[in-house]
Amino acid sequence: MATTKFDVTKHIFVPKHIIISDREKNQLFKTYSITLRELPKIYSNDPAIKHLKTKAGDVVKIVRKSPTAGETVYYRGVINA
Amino acid sequence: MTNEIFKEYSKQLPGKIIDEVKASVPKNITKAKLKAIFKEIVEEYDSMNVAPGECVGLVSAESIGEPGTQMTLNTFHFAGVSEMNVTMGLPRIIEILDCSKSPSTPMMEIHLKSPLNKGTGIKEFAEKIKETKLKECLKEISVNIGNSTLEISLDKNKLKILRVTSAKIVKALNTSLKGYGVRETNDLIIIKPRGKEDTVFNLFKTKEKIKGMYVSGVKGITQVLPVKKGDEYIIVTAGSNLKVILELEGIDPVNTTSNDIREVATVLGIEAVRELILAEVSKVIDVQGLNVDIRHIMLVADTMTISGNVKGITRYGVVSEKSSVLARASFETPLKHIMTAAISGERDTLNSVVENVMLNQMIPIGSGLPKLTYGK
Repeated sequence: MATTKFDVTKHIFVPKHIIISDREKNQLFKTYSITLRELPKIYSNDPAIKHLKTKAGDVVKIVRKSPTAGETVYYRGVINA
Repeated sequence: MTNEIFKEYSKQLPGKIIDEVKASVPKNITKAKLKAIFKEIVEEYDSMNVAPGECVGLVSAESIGEPGTQMTLNTFHFAGVSEMNVTMGLPRIIEILDCSKSPSTPMMEIHLKSPLNKGTGIKEFAEKIKETKLKECLKEISVNIGNSTLEISLDKNKLKILRVTSAKIVKALNTSLKGYGVRETNDLIIIKPRGKEDTVFNLFKTKEKIKGMYVSGVKGITQVLPVKKGDEYIIVTAGSNLKVILELEGIDPVNTTSNDIREVATVLGIEAVRELILAEVSKVIDVQGLNVDIRHIMLVADTMTISGNVKGITRYGVVSEKSSVLARASFETPLKHIMTAAISGERDTLNSVVENVMLNQMIPIGSGLPKLTYGK
């Protein structure tokens, strides 16, 4: 059967992933007084961020659709697979 | 004018509340009145926030567990079609939270693009997706003991629907059978062992083997069922193969979903898994007519996906991630945990609840959380 390539970031289950700059990163760590290690993790080869070409140490901002708050922001630290 | 106030409060309140306020206040409201309304809302919202040190995990566990006792223990349910079952109820909840390798009833909901979603040609399309084995497109398969050959006569109608030619089947048979010659005559495919004659026992064995040969369709999809959902047609399948299905032409990949957690993790990533856990658990709870606040399920879903991999709530999953030896030992197999910790010389800093309960100390929850420190 005929096939086409599908961009997984368009799927309804996949929220928007954005890499944040170093400045935003430091701001984030400061406001919550945390370190990179304490953030939830995401692998650099995760299908949803593959196209972003992330490296370990980056922080990905995730804008989720939430049934309670409308939109929520979540952060994940990138780790190597 | 009033937009500024909305903007100002969007930092303090979630977007959904702002939208609700926007929708319910009159258009020509004065600035002062709107401000007064927002003041009330912020006060109410802040009083509803979870207090620091509140043990949210425990509250979640109780809030999911208590309605769980009311759940029908074992229900199978599928929109009135008896031949296709879906695990629901408690077994399904356990399956999701334990994150077992393969769900007992993997399923997909395939959404379609026009014109298939109007129902035209959906039956043929569904047939094409379904994994078809040779035995399903046979009229007859017989063993000719005299010539020591197998004779296959194919179901031409079925092949037409699947758009498979008999030549393709002959080719597939040739590659999968070693030591046999495959030849096509008018209506029959004749399989003859090369060299000396085969025993009758071996012939029968080969016959059974080729019955299960893959002919067409998507591997893993064992049943297909076109159903009408809302005002469009979708295909519900038993068996799941997200990777292949998402790239097929004619389907709507954006809305197509699977209920296999591990498969979604590899194809769509960790955030998609969180969404799936949320959707699947609340589906089970809703079907049973129970009412669990979605925030509890969110907490569980977040915990399961925190490490970048999906981890079940088992001793191999999230429990093994705990830093405290005593906390791990208090869950399951205590001896094993204590022994390995002793061998590797682990330290327990007593930061969490269970280990402090064991040692009869103040637990870091609620008023036990704050500590005194010296100012500089």
